[in-house]
Amino acid sequence: MAVRELSCSLAMAEALKEEMERDTTVFIIGEDLVSNGGIFGQFRGLPELFPDRIIDTPISETAIVGAGVGAALTGMRPIIDMHFADFVTTAMDEIVNQMAKIRYMFGGQAKLPLVLWAPDGSGLNAAAQHSQCLENWFVHVPGLKVVVPSEPADVKGLLKAAIRDDDPVIFFQHKKLFNQTGPVTEDKYIVPLGKAAVRRVGTDITILTYSRMTYFCKEAARELAQKGIQAEIIDLRTLMPLDFATIAESVKKTRHAVVVHEACTTGGFGGELSARITEELFEYLDGPIVRIGARHVPMPFSPVMEHYVLPQVEDIVAGVRKALRR
Amino acid sequence: MKTSTNEKKALLRKMVEIRLFEEKIGLLFHQQLIPGFVHLSIGQEASTVGSCSVLRPDDYIISTHRGHAHILAKGAEPKYMFAECFGKVTGYCKGKGGSMHIADFSKGILGANGVVGGGFPIMTGAGFSIKLRGTDQVGMVFFGDGASNRGTFHEAVNMAAVFKLPIVFVCENNRYASTSPAEKMVAGGSVANRAHAYGIPGAINDGSNVLAVRDSVAEAVDRARKGYGPSIVENETYRYKGHFEGDRQRYRTPDEIQQYRLTRDPIDRFETLLIDEGIATQKEIDAMKAAVAAEIEDAVKFAMDSPLPDPHEAMQDLFVNP
Ligand SMILES: Cc1ncc(C[n+]2csc(CCOP(=O)(O)OP(=O)(O)O)c2C)c(N)n1
Ligand SMILES: [Mg+2]
Repeated sequence: MAVRELSCSLAMAEALKEEMERDTTVFIIGEDLVSNGGIFGQFRGLPELFPDRIIDTPISETAIVGAGVGAALTGMRPIIDMHFADFVTTAMDEIVNQMAKIRYMFGGQAKLPLVLWAPDGSGLNAAAQHSQCLENWFVHVPGLKVVVPSEPADVKGLLKAAIRDDDPVIFFQHKKLFNQTGPVTEDKYIVPLGKAAVRRVGTDITILTYSRMTYFCKEAARELAQKGIQAEIIDLRTLMPLDFATIAESVKKTRHAVVVHEACTTGGFGGELSARITEELFEYLDGPIVRIGARHVPMPFSPVMEHYVLPQVEDIVAGVRKALRR
Repeated sequence: MKTSTNEKKALLRKMVEIRLFEEKIGLLFHQQLIPGFVHLSIGQEASTVGSCSVLRPDDYIISTHRGHAHILAKGAEPKYMFAECFGKVTGYCKGKGGSMHIADFSKGILGANGVVGGGFPIMTGAGFSIKLRGTDQVGMVFFGDGASNRGTFHEAVNMAAVFKLPIVFVCENNRYASTSPAEKMVAGGSVANRAHAYGIPGAINDGSNVLAVRDSVAEAVDRARKGYGPSIVENETYRYKGHFEGDRQRYRTPDEIQQYRLTRDPIDRFETLLIDEGIATQKEIDAMKAAVAAEIEDAVKFAMDSPLPDPHEAMQDLFVNP
């Protein structure tokens, strides 16, 4: 199988192309998709191939997301481009009260095969309203699946799975990873939702992470190895459904765990993971589960403050040592 | 509205200040001295300056992602704005906001907003506040052609009309919302047309004619101040630079930009008028421009020389009572 080095944005465009060729009900709706191939180049080449199925809309997020819901209910497979993940706030009724509830509330009559695609994350000095990681809000709402890939190969495989899935999927892609490259095979593979990936095998501690922080954790693991600590890194890839079996297997082996995400620590997904591991695997644990995430403030603009607020490699190293008490 | 000789000179000076400020920001951004996103409004000066020229210091404005001009026109000082764009601790928001989020509440500037259409409902609240406090202040909310398609616009305009709130909705229609042409995205022919649906005045102005804008906005402000309620004013204008610095601008031609620059530049047009009316000579105008350029240089120097925030200051300002 031929393997290429692709960026996350090219991997994304490839996934979309394959799915749009395969299924004519797949279409994309949002702002500024066509000119320049999307604001992150994520749709490059697609408008020429599918001029009727990439729809540039007015700046009307409530209607954009609502339209995705309505189209999904009536036989289409929309991909809703949220422009920036921060703008989910402008369509929260459509997501939380409509999209997430319609199938259940109407007794399972309907299905909503849609993807809400949202570029999230900080590191671009984009300040408070363009830097957030809000994935845990949606994990908390029953009826939504949540995907948070880190590698280009997963962007492709998980996006294809999300498009084919018959339920609403919120797909967060980190803005700082659009140019991140990685090997992507040429075949039309799928990465199923709900399967975590072990990125590094280790015996001393389990690091649970996702999205951009996976790369930070790999760097931290290299530093830890020099201190004689072998960390196992699990890239969760999807938060809902969650691959708890893979987590449990690792924690039973290492007997220690830390959780690392870019979202604020307080109220973040790390709390949920920590609680679940404590509830289900208490007898295997030899120490407290440490959460590592952003400090509890909106993202400040000034790069020195942004750096301070975000979790860094040294915070992960320190968190691991705290969990291991050494 | 009558505009005195001195007022005309001040209008030109303010437009020049904004132009030079914006050009400098663009330059500094490309020298990688300014981080983050930068949206410039070069070409739109007459719309902004004409609109703010009829406001009082105690009136309110709310601005947008393309906000430097509004903030300068309402009286903010360039040095603190540069400092904010640099992420310095001496900036208006201590480096927490950056280019897209500058505010000076002491001057009635309730903030630039990174969320398109985020300002409309907030100004509705300022309108209620003015009414409840019984003052005769006015609130002016700036927005783009693109923002007029947010639901927040329609909710806020309707509510302002229902309660006769003292608000002027100033649309700076620069023909594009990011990559999208207004003629494709704004149904009903114009933003001002939408005023009729809410039973309030809607005016369309040549947004590169500062006096035309000033006259039209003066009427709307007067009406609001006297308690007759809101208006929509739409200024037809044009941005010369990309949506953001670095924009490849595949959605328009360089020729289109050049046409505007050559035939409708708000500063060139007003300069010619002042000279024709004998209000200023070219020499005086050149001297004024040199003085403004020197002020801008001083402001940049202030910002450059200012310290970065201590990283721990990130944890301040979250709550009044932590
Ligand atoms: C709610 C929301 N949607 C989308 C964006 C991204 N965005 C920023 S500016 C912009 C275009 C705005 O166009 P317009 O209102 O005409 O103002 P202009 O940029 O022309 O000044 C878009 C789509 C945003 N910041 N907020
Ligand atoms: Mg516009």
